[in-house]
Amino acid sequence: MSNPVNTYKELTWQGLWNNNPALVQLLGLCPLLAVTATVTNALGLGLATLLVLVGSNITVSLVRDFVPKEIRIPVFVMVIATFVTVIQLLMNAYVYGLYQSLGIFIPLIVTNCAIIGRAEAYASKNPWHHSAFDGLMMGIGFTLVLVLLGGIREVLGNGTLFDGANLLLGDWAASLRIELFRVDYPLLLAILPPGAFIVMGFIIAGKNWVDNYRAAHAEKPEKHVTRARVTSQ
Amino acid sequence: MTFKIAASPHAHQRRTTQQVMRWVYVALIPGVLLQTYFFGVGVYIQLALALLTAWVAEGLAMRLRGRPIGHAWQDHTAIVTAVLLAISIPALAPWWIIVIGTAFSIIVVKHVYGGVGQNLFNPAMAGYVLLLVSFPVQMTSWPVPNELAQLQVTISDTAQLIFSGFTNSGYNLEQLRMGVDGVTMATPLDSLRNDLNHQLTLTEALNKPIFGGLAGIGWAWINIAFLLGGLVLIKQKIISWHIPGGMLVGLLVPAAVYWMFNPDQAITPMLHALSGATMLGAFFIATDPVTAATSNKGRWVFGLFIGFLVFVIRTWGGYPDAVAFAVLLANMTVPVIDKYTQPVAYGHGGRS
Repeated sequence: MSNPVNTYKELTWQGLWNNNPALVQLLGLCPLLAVTATVTNALGLGLATLLVLVGSNITVSLVRDFVPKEIRIPVFVMVIATFVTVIQLLMNAYVYGLYQSLGIFIPLIVTNCAIIGRAEAYASKNPWHHSAFDGLMMGIGFTLVLVLLGGIREVLGNGTLFDGANLLLGDWAASLRIELFRVDYPLLLAILPPGAFIVMGFIIAGKNWVDNYRAAHAEKPEKHVTRARVTSQ
Repeated sequence: MTFKIAASPHAHQRRTTQQVMRWVYVALIPGVLLQTYFFGVGVYIQLALALLTAWVAEGLAMRLRGRPIGHAWQDHTAIVTAVLLAISIPALAPWWIIVIGTAFSIIVVKHVYGGVGQNLFNPAMAGYVLLLVSFPVQMTSWPVPNELAQLQVTISDTAQLIFSGFTNSGYNLEQLRMGVDGVTMATPLDSLRNDLNHQLTLTEALNKPIFGGLAGIGWAWINIAFLLGGLVLIKQKIISWHIPGGMLVGLLVPAAVYWMFNPDQAITPMLHALSGATMLGAFFIATDPVTAATSNKGRWVFGLFIGFLVFVIRTWGGYPDAVAFAVLLANMTVPVIDKYTQPVAYGHGGRS
């Protein structure tokens, strides 16, 4: 923690790759698997989670010295619930179509273990600016996995990408919709929950493969052989 | 010099995986022939497509895993998976159905888990469930048995139908499935399910041309052929009788009890036994040595559980037939079954 630049670099690396909430900690899988049938839904839920995570991390970090240790979990949950309610009301007001299509999964962000996990593991022990950055990076890592999963499932299931993006981004985004191929009969399994589990498994396998590849090809530090003298000089 | 000391049993018949698998698909031949007789040469086209896909998928998966390809092609397990899947799907289903199903079975269900002997789920049935969940219309469009069909399809018509969706004279599958009375025909189990759900009595529901003799036309004979093939496998000691026996008892006893209490609102045990995939499932699918329980007692429990699930799903579930779902659900319980049915080794305690 001595060098501030190094701390931020480490937090970025942890959030996006090494300790990614979705790929490594496997937290928050319920919304991850349930709503990622399309890129739009995935992006919407990812951004909502990101905002909640940053807000709750900052707040938890600011109040960390005033909260008795015994009741910290209920307090953290209250803080998170407050931010979720704020996000839910904002979404209801500004992106109503997406609000309806995500449904129960917006209030359920409260129960997302990734958020309470960060509050407990990082924000309750570190200063607020580091916690804010940690929340941001964890949130981005989570959102990226959601979008990737949503993209793969949408292509496999519907042959489209960004279908319904206008619900999230406004009317101009309707032109973002890409139709890669046209199918008469969609592969329903990719859109149903089992497809989410299968695709998620392949993404995690892919990440592990990259890690193994990097470990195998990393430059090994030269071994210095030092001789132990057993005889006297 | 050292003497080689072999553990018992000292007299045993050694069979390679290849030999076991060869027996399995030889025993399937009578059923496949009858299925072709009743549902047309589409069965052969599906088989050819499935085998070709399995061959390519197996090679591809072995290449990706960095293993010798020839070995996988020689053990014949992929052939059995492909054949089981090909005869489980409707004979006139479009070509991409069987290609997607077989590729998924081999690559995802078998090789992702580590190849032969490592898979958690029965590959053919997992592929079947993928197809049934994803393409319910195509997967339930069984053709009418030839003797009831209004339009006879030739071989070239069949090929045209599978690859393009229309016969030479422009009929599609829906039109071909019309019977002599101009009503689209369902499979016996499907039709019974619908009629019983619509508060018809069993006598009324059975009053359709697709029923005749013991069970549905065609289906009864196909099931009997698979039963005979299965008995040959038991005789040859390829499979033990515990799983098929357990499955039939688990299906027929609850079915008989339920039927005795509602004689006109329930499917008879005879229809349960000789319709759908009952015999194919009992003797060829549930007995997969990799995904079934290990000990004899465990196999008995495994079979009973599958049979009971088939009865429950056929009677109250959302799908007309249930063998694939029942087998997959039972596959998940295998570790638990194995844990509680582990035989006690001689001299290592026991109940006394």
